[in-house]
Amino acid sequence: MADRLYVATRKGLFTVDRSNGGWQVTRTAFLGDLVTIVMPSGERVYASLGHGHFGVKLHRSADSGATWEECAAPAYPPKPEGLDDRDGSGKPVEWRVEMVWALAAADPAKPEALWCGTLPGGLFRSEDGGSSWELNRPLWDDPGRGKWFGGGADIPGIHSVCVDPRDSDRVFAGVSCGGVWLTEDGGATWACRAEGMRAEYMPPDRQFDPGIQDPHCVAQCPGEPEKLWAQHHNGIFRSTDGAKSWQEIEDVPPSVFGFPVAVHPQDGDTAWFVPAIKDEHRIPVEGKVVVSRTRDGGKSFEVLRNGLPQEHAYDLVFRHALDIDGSGDRLAFGSTTGSLWVTEDQGDHWQCVSTHLPPVYCVRFAD
Amino acid sequence: MAHVVFTPALQRHVPCPPAEVAGGTVREVLDRVFGENPRARTYVLDEQGSLRKHMAVFIDGEAVRDRDGLSDGVGTDSQIYVMQALSGG
Repeated sequence: MADRLYVATRKGLFTVDRSNGGWQVTRTAFLGDLVTIVMPSGERVYASLGHGHFGVKLHRSADSGATWEECAAPAYPPKPEGLDDRDGSGKPVEWRVEMVWALAAADPAKPEALWCGTLPGGLFRSEDGGSSWELNRPLWDDPGRGKWFGGGADIPGIHSVCVDPRDSDRVFAGVSCGGVWLTEDGGATWACRAEGMRAEYMPPDRQFDPGIQDPHCVAQCPGEPEKLWAQHHNGIFRSTDGAKSWQEIEDVPPSVFGFPVAVHPQDGDTAWFVPAIKDEHRIPVEGKVVVSRTRDGGKSFEVLRNGLPQEHAYDLVFRHALDIDGSGDRLAFGSTTGSLWVTEDQGDHWQCVSTHLPPVYCVRFAD
Repeated sequence: MAHVVFTPALQRHVPCPPAEVAGGTVREVLDRVFGENPRARTYVLDEQGSLRKHMAVFIDGEAVRDRDGLSDGVGTDSQIYVMQALSGG
């Protein structure tokens, strides 16, 4: 069971620890600065900062967040002179890191190896714990990238990186809007794996194009790695065959729109979502914050609300702001209006940690 | 020698004391400063060498025009201010 949470927000990074059955903020870092992603990995913790003026920076801690040092941020190579590189909406692609949108440990055998997903769509790899980074050229140079376009953000980006626990050469990357991509050779070659996803926002003849899908968040079950879930822009999709195919889960109460998904670490049929009214609205249905949970692979859902606000609550939960710990019993999520909730029984009961944090971008348990 | 001053807001992240630097263009001047302070480069310029979108550089009171090439000329006793733009805050 994880007794510690890291919460990345618009105005700093917060450490939340469990003691005497309750959860409290015990430490702050980077107060006043935008922290887009936090990623604990053993004693190491990584935090990506987005300074409005000074650009994207990466910091790391070797002592569970007690002290921090700035390390290298991923950076694109020089854009070749005269290159006409355009995204799927026809806009020129600037070869500049606009935001770090995903950080993941790349290989259990190499604790220093990391993947980093960015806006405008580059995937980077570090072999030295963030001291240096290299753009993954096979994915960046794949002609399929020319179909990607922005969703939510103005430019495309990689927000989900799932490393297969059985084989770290097998990596899924979720792209908004560009589908799900799989490498089976450590990043040397990539293929789009979004067959079966449906995009309501496209003209009819493009709706099933895998390369333009908008999976808001992709999660893989560590114990059953062939089972993946995607909270997509216009629905919930599930794969049971390692993303060879995806099936749409319809009629999910109270809505199929949302950003995050969490899957149980051992049971790939059990997953959690935080729904909202689509798409232009992005507020909880009827002003009630709820979590939806399936235990049967999406055949049925329970709507969990015990301990969550049920009137005039307008909390939206972003794609990285829901997490589950290694036991599968504890989950936590944070909202755009600065609320943070934790459950210790898979969502049957929730306790409120705070309603006054800055807007929450990323919540991660330290397992 | 041009006199270069960096915004106080930058000092919180990376110390950037004022400097007396020779150079014919703002690129040459900044390259000399950042040669001795490479971390500061990443705060002011992006990875393509352009001035970051929400940064501004003034030479003797005039905003730099060539934000990508930084070819704007610098006089022997120019005053250069590296500032935050009001956008992007």
